[in-house]
Amino acid sequence: MDNTLQNVETDFKEPNSSSANRNIDNKSPHIVVKNLTMAYGNLVVQQNLDFTVNRGDIFIIMGGSGCGKSTLLRHLVGLQKPSNGDILYNIISNNVNSELKEINFWEASQEERRLLMKNFGILYQSGALWSSMTLAENIALPLEAYTNLSSSQIQELTSLKLALVGLAGFEDYYPSEISGGMKKRAGLARAIALDPDILFFDEPSAGLDPLSARLLDDLILELSESFGSTIVVVTHELASIFAIGTNSVFLDPVTKTMIANGNPKYLLDNSKDQRVINFLTRGESK
Amino acid sequence: MKYKIINKDKELILEITGNFLIDTVCDNFTVSDIIDKIESLKGLAKVGFDFTELKNWDSSILTFIKQIKSHCVNNNIIFVKESLPSGIQRVLELAEAVPERKGIRKLDSTKSTIELIGDTAINFVNSSKDMLAFLGEVVVAFVRLISGKYKFRGTIIVPIIRECSVDALPIVSLISCLVGLILAFVGAVQLVMFGAQIYVASLVGIAMIRVMGAVMAGVIMAGRTGAAFAAQLGTMEVNEEIDALKTLGISPIEFLVMPRVIALSIIMPLLCLYADLMGIVGGMIVGVFMLDLNFMEYYNMTRDSVSLNSFWIGIFQSFVFGILVALSGCLRGMQCKRSASAVGEAATSAVVTSIVAIVIATAIITVLCNIMGI
Repeated sequence: MDNTLQNVETDFKEPNSSSANRNIDNKSPHIVVKNLTMAYGNLVVQQNLDFTVNRGDIFIIMGGSGCGKSTLLRHLVGLQKPSNGDILYNIISNNVNSELKEINFWEASQEERRLLMKNFGILYQSGALWSSMTLAENIALPLEAYTNLSSSQIQELTSLKLALVGLAGFEDYYPSEISGGMKKRAGLARAIALDPDILFFDEPSAGLDPLSARLLDDLILELSESFGSTIVVVTHELASIFAIGTNSVFLDPVTKTMIANGNPKYLLDNSKDQRVINFLTRGESK
Repeated sequence: MKYKIINKDKELILEITGNFLIDTVCDNFTVSDIIDKIESLKGLAKVGFDFTELKNWDSSILTFIKQIKSHCVNNNIIFVKESLPSGIQRVLELAEAVPERKGIRKLDSTKSTIELIGDTAINFVNSSKDMLAFLGEVVVAFVRLISGKYKFRGTIIVPIIRECSVDALPIVSLISCLVGLILAFVGAVQLVMFGAQIYVASLVGIAMIRVMGAVMAGVIMAGRTGAAFAAQLGTMEVNEEIDALKTLGISPIEFLVMPRVIALSIIMPLLCLYADLMGIVGGMIVGVFMLDLNFMEYYNMTRDSVSLNSFWIGIFQSFVFGILVALSGCLRGMQCKRSASAVGEAATSAVVTSIVAIVIATAIITVLCNIMGI
C-alpha cells in the first residue's frame, strides 16, 4: 500500500488517446458542476457543490453513508433536477471534427438531451437490468434506440460487449437466472453498449465479494484506458478509491457540502481535514 | 432478586442480591419504588450501589440504573458511578457515548381534524394533478405513435397480449357463465309467475351483451391484469429499471405504458365477446334444464331480442374499460415508491382505481346512450 501512496503525481494513468475522436485535450473539463444545491422538497441534501470532472478522469464521489452520494449521481445523470446551480457537460457534438458543445441538461433542446443521454453509460447499484428481457435484448435496446444498425450487426455488438465483461454465451439468459456479480457485469455491458463518453457507476462493488469487486475495478480501469471514457464512481470502498481514483470529491453529511476535492491518494497524504483523513484511513490514523 | 436500602449519613446505598434478569425483574419491586424512596429522604446527597451479592444481570439492570441515575442528575444528587461493577459501567458509558442529536426525535404526529382534512384535500389535488399529467403524457405518446415519431416494438406486445387474453379465459368463462346463470335464476323466479319464462332468454341476452359481459370482463381484468401491470411496473421502479430507461432517453410511457394500453384495448373487446357468449350459455343452462325451454326456442328468443346496437355498445364499453384498466395499472405502478410494501400498495390501488373507473365509465356511457336514444 505504501508504494502506491508515494509518487502521487506520477501514479496517474494517463488516458489513452488512441481510440477514435479522443484527440481532444485529455485534461479539458468534461462535467462542470457550478454551485449545485440538491434538495428533496425543503430538505437540503448537499449545497454549494463546485467541482470539475476532467476528460479521462476516474472521478470518485465519496463520503459516509447518507451524505448524498447517490443523489449527486442522480443529478449528474439527469434523473433529478438541481434545486439550484448548474451542471454543464462538454459533449462532442460532431464526431468528424471533434467539435465540443457545452450542454446544460435542464435547458437543453430535445436533440441535445438525446445527444447527452447517448453519451451516458450508467451502471446502477442493483444492475437494473430489464427483468423481462434477456441479457442480449438488454444490451440491444440502447443500440436499437440510437442507431440504425441491422439486427445481425446488433447481435454481433451485443455478443462483443458481453464477451468484454466475461459473459460470453450468456445472451439468452434472463437477469433472474444469473448471480449478483454477473448482473453487475451485464449491467456494465449494457452501460458500454453505445461506447459512451461518460460512464457512471453507482456503488459498483456493493454486495460483491472482495475478489469480484477487485475484478470489477480492473475492468473499470481497463475500460477507462482503452475507450478513454470519463468515469464517475460513487463508492465508499477504500480499496477501490485508491486503486482507481484519479480525482474525487468528498461530501460531508453534517455541513451538507463538499469538504475535499482532488486525487484520493493526494488527499490521504496532504489533507488537513480530520474528517477526510478519518474516512480515508477507516479512523485508524495516527 | 432482593434489594435492601442502607441509609447512612446522607448517602443511600442500594444493595441488590441474586439475579437481575429480564424475566425476573418486576417480581417484587419496581424502579419507581426506589425513586419514591429517594424522594422521601430529604437532604440526601449521594446514591450508591452495592452489587457484591449480584449474580447474573442483563440489559434490564441497565435501564433500572439509568432511570435512577437520571433522577439523581435531575435532583442534584451525586450518583456514585464507581460503585457499579465495571461491566455495567462500560455498557452505560457506551450508551451515553453518542448523545442524542437535538431535533432528531420525531415529533408527536397527532394532527388535528382540520389539519387532516387539509392534508387529504392537498393530497387529492396533487394526485389529480399526477393523474392528469400521466394522461397527458399518454396522449402525447399516442399522437407520436400515430404520426410515426417513435418506433413501436411489436415484439413487446405479444407476451402482454398472451398474458391478458389466453391466460384469462378460464376465469372469464367461469365468472361470466355464473353471472348468466344467476341472472336467469333471478329473472325466472318472477317470470315463471306469468308463465313468461321464455323471456329469461331476452333478459339474459340483453343484460349480458349490453352491460354485464363488458363489466364482468372489465372487473376480472382489473383484478388480474391491472394488478399485474402495477406490480410489474412497481417492481421495475424499485429495481431502478425505470431509471435505466429514462437515462437512456427511452420514455417509460412509450416503452412500458403504450404497449400495455394497446394490448388491453385490443383484447378487451374480444374477451367481452367471449364473456357475452358464456353468459348466454349460463342462462341457457337454466332455461333448458330448469324451465324446460327448448334449446332452439331459447336461441331464437335471444337472437330476436338482442339488437345490434346493444352489441356495439357492449363492445365499445369493453374497449373503454381496456384502456382504463391498463392506464390505472400503469399509473399506480409508475407512482410506486421504492419499497416492497409499496409494490403491494400499488397493486391494491390499481385494482381499486380500475374498478371505480369502470363503474363511473359504465354510468356515463349508459346515460349518454339513454340521451342519444340508442
